[in-house]
Amino acid sequence: MAETISVGFVGNPNCGKTTLFNAFTGANLKVANWPGVTVERVEGETWYKGQHLKLIDLPGIYSLTSYSIEEKVTRKCINDNEIDVIVNVVDASSLERNLYLTLQLLELRKPVILALNMMDIVEERGMEIDLHRLPEMLGGIPVVPVSARKRTGLDVLLHAVVHHYTEEPQGQVMTYSRGLEAKIQKLSEMIREKEPNEEHVRWKAIKLLECDEEITKEFSLDLSAIVDKNYEKQIINEKYNYIEAVVDDCLMRKQEKVVFTDKVDSLLTHPILGVPCFLVIMAAVFFFTFTVGDFLKGYFEAGLEIISGGVYDFLTGMSVASWLVSLIVDGIIAGVGGILTFLPNIFILFLALALLEDSGYMARVAYVMNEIMGKVGLSGKAFLPMILGFGCTVPAVMATRALESDRDRRKTILITPFMSCSARLPIYVLFADIFFGRYAMVATYSLYILGVAVAILVALVVEKLWPSKEENTLLIELPEYKTPNARTIAIYVWDKVKDYLTKAGTTIFVASIILWFLLNYNFSGMVSDVSQSFGSMIGVLLVPVLAPAGLGMWQIAVALISGLSAKEVVVSSFSVLFGISNINSPEGMTALNGILGAQGFTAVNAMALMVFCLLYTPCVAAVATIRRETHSWKWTLGMMIFQLVLAWCCAVLVYQAGSLLF
Amino acid sequence: MTLSEGKTGASYIVEDVTVDQRISRRLEALGLNDGTQIQLLNQKRNKGAFIIMVRGTRLALGRKIADGITVREAS
Repeated sequence: MAETISVGFVGNPNCGKTTLFNAFTGANLKVANWPGVTVERVEGETWYKGQHLKLIDLPGIYSLTSYSIEEKVTRKCINDNEIDVIVNVVDASSLERNLYLTLQLLELRKPVILALNMMDIVEERGMEIDLHRLPEMLGGIPVVPVSARKRTGLDVLLHAVVHHYTEEPQGQVMTYSRGLEAKIQKLSEMIREKEPNEEHVRWKAIKLLECDEEITKEFSLDLSAIVDKNYEKQIINEKYNYIEAVVDDCLMRKQEKVVFTDKVDSLLTHPILGVPCFLVIMAAVFFFTFTVGDFLKGYFEAGLEIISGGVYDFLTGMSVASWLVSLIVDGIIAGVGGILTFLPNIFILFLALALLEDSGYMARVAYVMNEIMGKVGLSGKAFLPMILGFGCTVPAVMATRALESDRDRRKTILITPFMSCSARLPIYVLFADIFFGRYAMVATYSLYILGVAVAILVALVVEKLWPSKEENTLLIELPEYKTPNARTIAIYVWDKVKDYLTKAGTTIFVASIILWFLLNYNFSGMVSDVSQSFGSMIGVLLVPVLAPAGLGMWQIAVALISGLSAKEVVVSSFSVLFGISNINSPEGMTALNGILGAQGFTAVNAMALMVFCLLYTPCVAAVATIRRETHSWKWTLGMMIFQLVLAWCCAVLVYQAGSLLF
Repeated sequence: MTLSEGKTGASYIVEDVTVDQRISRRLEALGLNDGTQIQLLNQKRNKGAFIIMVRGTRLALGRKIADGITVREAS
């Protein structure tokens, strides 16, 4: 028995590889990055009759070229002998396409075991695969039918791994046409001459014929006589010809029933009904994330209050110094509590996203929304984050992970905060009610529309200034629809939630402490009157800056600063700073109107204030999440400055124009 | 004719693929090559995007890619 056997799981995207992997490893995964790149490397382990197995889930790839990071990483892993045996997970219901990768793996001459996944779907469709003939045509490698979903064949697969992990494929699995074989022969000789100990001669010879960048560099030989042109296309074609022969021999279509996927797609990708269907599904996601989420959030907040109150009583009862009590209760507990109250929304969002992704619908979203979003230079999948932004920026930003390119993601993250989040609504409600009376609703709606308009404008401007070289051409596989797998979803959601708690959490925590300090301290120590704090000193400094926008009062500046911790805090800041209790009551509002009015604050100022609140930097939680998703402090800081400048400019515009007109 | 001029539900044989190299590589890996048979499953009313079936795989393609794939009708 070997000490441990390293098994690499290789397969196409959407072949159920990860579901199969998870079936063996459970949630005990070690997720890291491959050295030097942002591709995820997932490791796990399992045992089969006392034999320890180290499992590595390699990225989903269609081919072993050196064109994408995923492919390079997989190639390197295999060629560096990091793994003893390859488990090639093949989607049996998509045999033709999947076998292309298989043939390439076989050419590497490493031990390969074929896990024929999704056999249950093959059966459902009335197809049959000749499990004796198939291995014969694939170099005699073990072929194990499995169903990751139904958890069948798993032990058989492990058995095959343990007993065959040292066996290479027999013979040469496929022979190319005479001309190509002659060239391969010559190149093989040249390789052996240069590198007598080379293990993968034939594979490298074939790669040289394909003008593979990495391999050609490896052997700095003069190949121009043999490799007179790029033979890649021809080699691919011949491989597929061989695959057609394999499928002809091994796949028996008895009676292909009308596929479920096509039935569903006829509705969901319908030329006319596709978009409305999508909007309905989005509404459902939105509904669940925020109504159910907020319902649970209520419990979290209530619980937080109890804990906070309990700790306060306990500490004061113990005569702990008041600054320490404040730090613990107002700083730490409030900060941590703030992190946790978002949890229900985050959890439900990721649950919904995982369901959409695992079922196969997400890919359809890109197709359905392609042109509409394309008009503003965005990918179809960007629609979901933007809609979620109306509820809360934090889950909306996290939802951008569904987008494929970094560029798309950052662009979407840039405009998502302009979708007025639910935390800003109390600000609008208060000021619209006071200053716009009958037109309060109109004023509020106009802010939402302004937010969307700004988002679209920014997207267009970014597209004009930095046009995407790829021209956003859509090319995406639409996998078969399948019932989402509970285990896969659970592991995915837990992973993301853990992520949120540890990474974004620590940033929010630190920032909350800093804000607490700013609003409760000045040079002589702790203060009970916030107007003496550092925060208000900063506020006073900002008055001249805010004056052109009609917001030149230090209390407003401080309220806006406090809005950095959470937008809901702006309203409560106003009540604290102006000494008005119950600011949302008619009396409270009249009082505020009076105080502000005495300083010349009118409806125009109010509008400028609301516009500023709409556009300026989102709360600490959102910023932390954005920094987490973009992996860049520089970008995040740049965004914050951009938002501040934009908010200021728009507020000034509104105030100055408004003052002239009204 | 180009794929973008195709009719929904019809089957075609690929004659030539002239697209950005990055895209053509992906298409080749998926088995879309000269001589491959494909079926046009769906298309948008504004011909902005198409869904095809190639070797058992459903692919959604943007207009630009569909414009670059020359096909002839499969008999």
